[in-house]
Amino acid sequence: MSNDPTHQFLVNKIVPIEIGGIDFSFTNASLFMVATVGAAAGFLYLTTSQRGLIPTRMQSVSEMSYEFIASMLREGAGSGGMKFFPMVFSLFMFILTANLLGMMPYFFTVTSQIIVTFALAVFVIGTVILYGFYKHGLGFLKLFVPHGVPGVLLPLVVAIEIISFLSRPISLSVRLFANMLAGHITLKVFAGFVTSLSALGALGIGGAILPLIMTVAITGLEFLVCFLQAYVFAVLTCMYLNDAVHPGSH
Amino acid sequence: MFVTAAYAQQSTTTEGAEAHDAAAAGEVHTETGVAHEGEAGSGVFPPFDSTHFASQLLWLAITFGLFYLLMSKVIIPRIGGILETRHDRIAQDLDEASRLKGEADAAIASYEQDLAAAKSKGHKIADDARESAKAKATADRTAVEADLAKKISAAEDRIADIKAKALADVGAIAEETATAVVKQLIGGTVTKAEITAAVKASAGN
Repeated sequence: MSNDPTHQFLVNKIVPIEIGGIDFSFTNASLFMVATVGAAAGFLYLTTSQRGLIPTRMQSVSEMSYEFIASMLREGAGSGGMKFFPMVFSLFMFILTANLLGMMPYFFTVTSQIIVTFALAVFVIGTVILYGFYKHGLGFLKLFVPHGVPGVLLPLVVAIEIISFLSRPISLSVRLFANMLAGHITLKVFAGFVTSLSALGALGIGGAILPLIMTVAITGLEFLVCFLQAYVFAVLTCMYLNDAVHPGSH
Repeated sequence: MFVTAAYAQQSTTTEGAEAHDAAAAGEVHTETGVAHEGEAGSGVFPPFDSTHFASQLLWLAITFGLFYLLMSKVIIPRIGGILETRHDRIAQDLDEASRLKGEADAAIASYEQDLAAAKSKGHKIADDARESAKAKATADRTAVEADLAKKISAAEDRIADIKAKALADVGAIAEETATAVVKQLIGGTVTKAEITAAVKASAGN
């Protein structure tokens, strides 16, 4: 059972809760969501509690993540998009911390659940749509009508634009989910080779070196992917928010 | 694709959640078409196991909502404040530095001005001293020259006086000498008038 590479994604109830016939149990996924929030908020809170004029190392990490997201959002959505800074910053820190926590052995990876990444993506796209209509009214629909397209092609182009807009929450959520899922399965499979090969005796132990090296290398790669996927999610969020702030600009 | 399937799944589960659990799980994932390698109860590939979707969504909403609030109310204002303070402090220090540099420049300028003034004053004093020394030397020289000229003329007067006196005595000596000579040579006497005439005649030569 424990060799099953998908076992790590199982959701187990810790505290069963049922409201109106719907299962809202506190599960291991919920536990790690709480842990993610606790770790990320705790780190940011404690490292900045000195409010040092000259930052300590840990305080510069917090400041760097702040400035990193701030410059990303300013480049992506202009100064008009800065009102979304708390949202993008929260998304980035939450996803990054959830990804990194998931790299610990025996820890649950919150972002390997499609429903979690999909909910985050819907949150982003929902914000884009709501803010777009709130700010520009029907002018937000100019998003689907690019400038300088000949009249004949316009219906086709508009259809493509609408489809690409609708596929955004799916691509945004599946990208993060699939990366985390595939990475963890790969790690588990290679690590499983090490144990099963070394059970075969001396020759097996010799042969287990190769998957061991692979496991170490993939672990390094996965840490990169953890950061990269959080970054990609944040960058795409900035781009989509740019559509809400400047709908007619592309 | 996953998503629509997942939603379909969720709606079926939420509608008949209680009756569902173990028995209907098999049907559910034949709809989704997801691989069967999962285990433990539902038998669905765990990430697509819709039985926990409602709980996941609720707890995500709670935890992420809390996280968002913490970020927007506490962390972001705090880090923003730290960066702002540092930025202000740097700007202030730069202002202070440029002010001090201005002061230093002014001090250098005034020092150089003082130096130039002192130099010109020194030149003036030196010139004055030279001028006055020269004037005094000239005055001394003229005084000494005048004194000398006076002494020279006095000496010349005396010489002329003495010369005149000496010349006057020469006639008397010549007469006496002539009288004595004549007496010795010729034994006679010659009148004084004759000798005087003779001396005068020879002196006239």
